[in-house]
Amino acid sequence: MKPRPNYFAGAGSIIWLLIVLVPIYVMVTATIQTQQGYASAGPLSLPSSFTLDNFGALVTGGFLTYVWNTVIVTVSVVAIVVLVVPPLSYAVVRSRSRGISLIFRTFLLGLAIPAQAVIVPIFYLISVAGLYDSLIGIILPTAAFCLPICTLILTGSMRDITPELYEAMAMDGATPMRSFFQLVLPLSKSGISTIIVFSALQAWNGFLFPLILTQSASTKVITLGLFDFQSQYGVNIPGLMAAVLLSMLPVLFVYLFARRALVQGLMGVGGK
Amino acid sequence: MKRPTTGRSRHSGGPNVGRPGFAWALPATVFFALFAIVPLIGVAVMSFTSWSGLGSPEFNGLDNWNKLLGDKVMMQSLWLSALLTVLGVVIQTPLSILLGVWAAGQQKNRAVLSAIYFIPLLLSSAAVSVLWRALLDPNFGIPGQLAGIFGGDGNLLGSQAGAIAVLTFVGAWQFTPLHTLLYQGAARSVPPVLYQAAEIDGAGTMRKFFSITLPQLRNTIVTSGILMVVGGLTTFDTVLILTKGGPGTDTTITPYYMYRKAFQSFDFGVGSAIALVLVVIATAISLIMVRATGYDKMNSAQEGI
Repeated sequence: MKPRPNYFAGAGSIIWLLIVLVPIYVMVTATIQTQQGYASAGPLSLPSSFTLDNFGALVTGGFLTYVWNTVIVTVSVVAIVVLVVPPLSYAVVRSRSRGISLIFRTFLLGLAIPAQAVIVPIFYLISVAGLYDSLIGIILPTAAFCLPICTLILTGSMRDITPELYEAMAMDGATPMRSFFQLVLPLSKSGISTIIVFSALQAWNGFLFPLILTQSASTKVITLGLFDFQSQYGVNIPGLMAAVLLSMLPVLFVYLFARRALVQGLMGVGGK
Repeated sequence: MKRPTTGRSRHSGGPNVGRPGFAWALPATVFFALFAIVPLIGVAVMSFTSWSGLGSPEFNGLDNWNKLLGDKVMMQSLWLSALLTVLGVVIQTPLSILLGVWAAGQQKNRAVLSAIYFIPLLLSSAAVSVLWRALLDPNFGIPGQLAGIFGGDGNLLGSQAGAIAVLTFVGAWQFTPLHTLLYQGAARSVPPVLYQAAEIDGAGTMRKFFSITLPQLRNTIVTSGILMVVGGLTTFDTVLILTKGGPGTDTTITPYYMYRKAFQSFDFGVGSAIALVLVVIATAISLIMVRATGYDKMNSAQEGI
């Protein structure tokens, strides 16, 4: 039976398309207009002026420092997550220790802790440790808050490795270390790529920790730069839009070339 | 590594040799304890102290809690958080079910449109909020250009109803794509044989949707709903950037009020007490989630195979 075209759904899908695309259209066209041109033409009109000054102004305004800081934070957070989560997940999947079972439960409970809820003590800890207004002060809590979901994702991924494979390794007299590197890591590649994307997104898009734990221009990350830019020059809409566009470019890049990994990382699921 | 055999050892079979020990879990555990568990205990302790950011916190008994109980803005913030959360669930759930089921179809144009629908997910919350603040600018924004539709002075954020509508709309714009993806995946895994059987019985599109698709999406509705509730209760970036909790305190939801108390009024004790309220609510919801989804079962479906 040939499906009939569904006109109701078709109309609805076009309306939602407009809701998604109109703001994107305004953003992109605003970035190439002068502030005056944008103001006189109005957001929805075709561009009446053309300039690349908005991007130039971002560069001279120090936005590249923010980008660089965000890159450092993102890479460090991913590095920490990739170093500590796979061994933990391996232990959770293979160990019979009750202690590890308890640890896993604690991590699951950690899924429930919103960052806002513990930001005051974290601010206190980071200040006492002398890490206030430093990138490392952002990196440590951001990485810690990635751990519960990343552990959950990777544990799920490692459970798909059949026990027979472990037993075969053990028969050959393999140490846990050897099983980990020769069996577990190669077979959980997709789970690991999911936790890399997930934690990278958390770090790249993170806002609360930078907001509370840094204050100078030299430690500013992109999200905070956007917020400050908005508070200070809220009327310079083309400049703001250029900054917003720049902040999403790396994620867009990943979306275009590693869509599956990005989708799974965003949803914090899968890894199979 | 040898380990005493416990009663559970018959599960997942195999000898105890070559199993990882406690040391494997240690780095992640220490790290997590330091930045999540210690602060969690810390927030409970600090809710009974007074601290202005200088010197050390000092105990002040139940002062913070008494202050909070008599605080109209706090009570209002709980109500506003609940309202925004419910509005989010009520609007995003039907929208993302319809879009997700629609996007699950194999037609080519649907694949293209789904890829475009995904775009808002590429932006951080901060970027989404800055974008919409600029789009809704009273002088240079869309409401000004389309005054015929929006009416008034083009300042949608100037009234409580307007500000709540904007926060709900922006939340839907930002998060509907995520839930659409969840529903798309779930709708694709509905066995086609169910639809074939219904077609033989002469069921139309509507009948198939309500009698087959919707019941099959039950679990996804629960998962997506819980994500929406937790996300809604912890909304912060959007409120800070779009409305600053205003006009007045008209959109001051609980996480934002915590931020204001702690980091703008430097009353960290009261801030901690508000944060503890958040922890309790979020934990309660998450416990339900863990129970409902069976995430707390240590061994997977492969146990006993």
